[in-house]
Amino acid sequence: MKRLLLLLPLAIFLGVAVFLYAGLYRDPAELPSALIGKPFPAFSLPALDDPQRTITEADLKGKPALVNVWATWCPSCRFEHPVLNKLAEAGVNIHGVNYKDERAPARQWLSDLHNPYQLNIEDAKGTLGLDLGVYGAPETFFVDANGIIRHKYVGTIDEKLWREKLAPIYQQLLDEATP
Amino acid sequence: MRRLLPALVLGVALSGNLQAAIDTYEFDNEADRQRYRTLVEELRCPKCQNQNIADSNAPIAMDLRAEIYRMLEEGRSNDEIIQHLVLRYGDFVRYKPPLDARTFLLWFGPAALLLGGMGALLVIVRRRRRIESSPVATELSPEERERLATLLDRKDP
Repeated sequence: MKRLLLLLPLAIFLGVAVFLYAGLYRDPAELPSALIGKPFPAFSLPALDDPQRTITEADLKGKPALVNVWATWCPSCRFEHPVLNKLAEAGVNIHGVNYKDERAPARQWLSDLHNPYQLNIEDAKGTLGLDLGVYGAPETFFVDANGIIRHKYVGTIDEKLWREKLAPIYQQLLDEATP
Repeated sequence: MRRLLPALVLGVALSGNLQAAIDTYEFDNEADRQRYRTLVEELRCPKCQNQNIADSNAPIAMDLRAEIYRMLEEGRSNDEIIQHLVLRYGDFVRYKPPLDARTFLLWFGPAALLLGGMGALLVIVRRRRRIESSPVATELSPEERERLATLLDRKDP
């Protein structure tokens, strides 16, 4: 018993060490989204390409989609854009939320760099961004066919990340949609 | 010294101006202003993680300050406002996390460690004192005395 008690400080030290060691590999910038498992927030915003047209959350339902929050003031969005173009070409259903941006440069961006988005939502004041808990572009939400947010990725999507982490998530949403 | 004083006065005056530049909201009454101050100091900026939204210059912090001001003007309670932001950004935005099963360790861990350490210290000190004051430790048994005597008497070659 006494011998075991002598080992107690070592045991406590090892416990704390394991805990802290695991903490070294966690990215503190990665926040768990509060919205996962919840329906996409209600909104009613103009289309970027046609301001007369209003898009609402109902337009997102029907098939699984990626909702990508972007802006022309966001350098990593420019880096991400070619990847989105490729994904769109491969048949991935992507919608864009133009977050706190101006209409003219945003349209210019889409005509210069190609438009990978099915729907282009114009969130000039950032109200939808606020409801989505966006804290920096780019952010990408995975929405299933019923309009429920299933996953969120904060940061730039590159091809490796898509292949290894995100494609399986999208595939799962597709599989669920076609029983 | 003669130069230091005006410099100080100027510095203080300028910092006062800076403070005022951050807060451009007007409140109907002092109570609302106080509530706004507590809220922006208690809520954390999601982008610049170690600042509250009062101190942060990030665009998102500005948006959140505007949102809090809007909700205050609507007459919502502090709890409602905090809940509104927690629903969107998670518990992360609170510098005062709620007390639940997940945060139990966070709230009571340090106190438990402190109490545990003090308990261990108490046990050790008591045990030492008992050993020092007990006659067994200070007095030798007859066998030990004999052994001591032979050791002391032994003449080394």
